Amino acid sequence: MTTSAIHDIGYRHYDGRRLGRAYVLRSLFVHNLRAAFGLGRPARAKVMPFLLAAIMMLPAVGSIAAVALTKQPEALIRYSSYAPLLQIVIAIFLATQSPVLASRELRFHVVPMYFSRPVGHLDFVLAKLAALATALLALMAVPVTLLYVGGLVTRVPGPRDQLLHYLGGLVGCVLFALVLASIGLVIAAFTPRRGFGVAAVIAVYMLSSAVVVIIQELAEAQTNFALAGWVGLATPFNLVDIVQVRLLGTEAASRAQPPGVTGGVVALAVCAALVAGATAVLYARFRKAGLS
Amino acid sequence: MNPTIAMITFRAMLGRRRALLLLGLPLLLLALAAGLRMTGTNDLEISTVVLQRFGIATLLPLLALIAGTGVLAPEIDDGQIMYVLTKPIPRQVIVLTKLAVAIVLVTLFAVLPAFLAGLVLTGMTAQVTPAFTVGMLVGGIAYSALFVALAVISRNAVTIGLLYALVWETLLGNFAPGAKSASVQQWALSVADALTDASTVRSTVDLPVALVLLALVTAIGTALAVVRLRSLSVASAE
Repeated sequence: MTTSAIHDIGYRHYDGRRLGRAYVLRSLFVHNLRAAFGLGRPARAKVMPFLLAAIMMLPAVGSIAAVALTKQPEALIRYSSYAPLLQIVIAIFLATQSPVLASRELRFHVVPMYFSRPVGHLDFVLAKLAALATALLALMAVPVTLLYVGGLVTRVPGPRDQLLHYLGGLVGCVLFALVLASIGLVIAAFTPRRGFGVAAVIAVYMLSSAVVVIIQELAEAQTNFALAGWVGLATPFNLVDIVQVRLLGTEAASRAQPPGVTGGVVALAVCAALVAGATAVLYARFRKAGLS
Repeated sequence: MNPTIAMITFRAMLGRRRALLLLGLPLLLLALAAGLRMTGTNDLEISTVVLQRFGIATLLPLLALIAGTGVLAPEIDDGQIMYVLTKPIPRQVIVLTKLAVAIVLVTLFAVLPAFLAGLVLTGMTAQVTPAFTVGMLVGGIAYSALFVALAVISRNAVTIGLLYALVWETLLGNFAPGAKSASVQQWALSVADALTDASTVRSTVDLPVALVLLALVTAIGTALAVVRLRSLSVASAE
């Protein structure tokens, strides 16, 4: 008969202050935000995000220069049209950086190490989503802010209207960032192999916009403008532009929008469903990956 | 050509769920073609627009990018390429095999579906379908060579390829006609233009120029990939 006993060999317990959930969230958020721009990693990882951010600034600088030289205030790009105008660059940023956030930990099977600490599954996912959305927001809002400041400096008429349009444009940017981050992270989380995540995200963007534009052209040729508008819900940039046009009252930057406030509300509901759905899917994905 | 390398590459590209991703893209084109056929909006103009926008301008560069970089870049990244490079196989055989696999994949997942979509849309009217098939095939070969070379040269091959295919060919092509003419897409379109009577297919490049440039890009891409693979330094993966 064996007798066993647990001996107290004198390890000290930690009695200090626990930093808590908010601290965990903030740490994960900062870590992921830095990763989105390649900060804290070799120069090779920084080249692309900063190159794309620089490309995003170019049209804003050019537009301000055009206003300053020609004194034509119409040469200033509309704040709400800036993201749709440069959607290809934003899509490439999303495609290259969302696998950095969502695929690497899955590829190297290190997700369980996060969850062996007091990190909640939901916190982990929300931090990733918020970090990518913030990175995208910075990508879009910085040139838009530059445009606004440039407009002030070159004395574009109607400062009150400009401020309102600028604030409306920022709201649009937040919505763009949230919707795009949700789509990008979900796709990247299911294609952990290197290179495939990038291709998959860009494929969804390119194919959805190609199909939507073709259907919209055909529908307009048959003067079926309602169909052309509703089809716009199926591609991210047109989707958010519908909200901008119908609910924020901006000029259209996409081909067609469904009619009236109803169209805007439906588009906003689709955006909300995308973000909520993405959170749920990512939660399930990382929860499963955290078990192995 | 080395059958073992070809087999390994095919398995890496098509294994598990990856084939589904590759299959999903052309299925969308076929679904679009079938939808247009069923609603009776498949006249010649619309058919050429669909084949041009969706086939040559979207599906072809996308598939070539996935296949061209996918056959080499992951192996270089995780260092597995060393197991191939340390065997007594000439580097040009490795590059040519990888390139052949990429071309086969592009043909299977982009050119063949475009041919089927063309058949569904127009049948054989005005030789549109065979013209686009040939155009996409030569374009696919040039794109594959370009992207295989990129995969050997840079770790950011996919992003650089995207910047070329999207920003250069599409975004700048809309504003600057010069950038449009200097793109694989227009050269492939030029080949299709020469083979069909349909006046809706228009390219900004003449056929002889396009053919020479396509051959040149393919040859230079392949040669560059061979040269760079000879002196490949395998740093630790990030």
